[in-house]
Amino acid sequence: MLPMDMDGVFRALASPARRKLLDTLRAKNGQTLGELCTNLDMSRQAVTQHLGRLEGANLVATIRRGREKLHYLNPVPIHEIYERWIVQYERQHLEALRDLKRKAEGA
Amino acid sequence: MDKPQFVYVTYISTSPETLWNALLDPTMTAQYWQHENRSDWKPGSTWEHRACDDKGTLRLVGKVIESSPPRRLVLTWAAPADAALEEKHSRVTFEIEPIGEVVRLTVTHDHLEPGSEMLQAIKKGWPKVLSSLKSLLEVGRPLPRLW
Repeated sequence: MLPMDMDGVFRALASPARRKLLDTLRAKNGQTLGELCTNLDMSRQAVTQHLGRLEGANLVATIRRGREKLHYLNPVPIHEIYERWIVQYERQHLEALRDLKRKAEGA
Repeated sequence: MDKPQFVYVTYISTSPETLWNALLDPTMTAQYWQHENRSDWKPGSTWEHRACDDKGTLRLVGKVIESSPPRRLVLTWAAPADAALEEKHSRVTFEIEPIGEVVRLTVTHDHLEPGSEMLQAIKKGWPKVLSSLKSLLEVGRPLPRLW
């Protein structure tokens, strides 16, 4: 599956363990699996599974450095959610306030 | 080799050639980045990143390290005040990889000074720029009011 759809991003974010994993990468980007296991106090298997979901949703990007695989927080899909689900709603609120102000001032 | 500080990935429904052109063509970058990228894009040449304002304010400068169209572009990246101080230049790598019907764009930014203003600025900047680029190429509309 290509990590393009927003449903996948929301599903990946709908887990406290995966959100904690993202926060751990936000604090220190480019960690190996071993580092993440130590920092999260989770089993290797659990971390691997969560990383797979996050990578599938394009919330984590990985690169290889020699024998190591490094994990990076990829905030681009979160920004897309922000644009689609926050900014647009905010805009409606602002427009409603503007209309209210016009009415109040016109009255 | 030291490890990159930031890796950003976006999947865009487009061709590698269109995406490559969108990174280099000032009329394209003006639309989704609200800045013009200017250079002849030959290795060793300088490049400039200028705001689309009345004065065309210079915001970033650097050199083209590698240009392999339409797959890989490596640039140095610095504030204009640091143009002569190469040790202060950070490095940006764009990698374009076709995957089925879409293209994966990976932007790697490294050699950033820890705690620097540049580091803070690029952390905020790249997700916006890449979302806006994707939106322009896929639906013909960049994100409004980026900065």
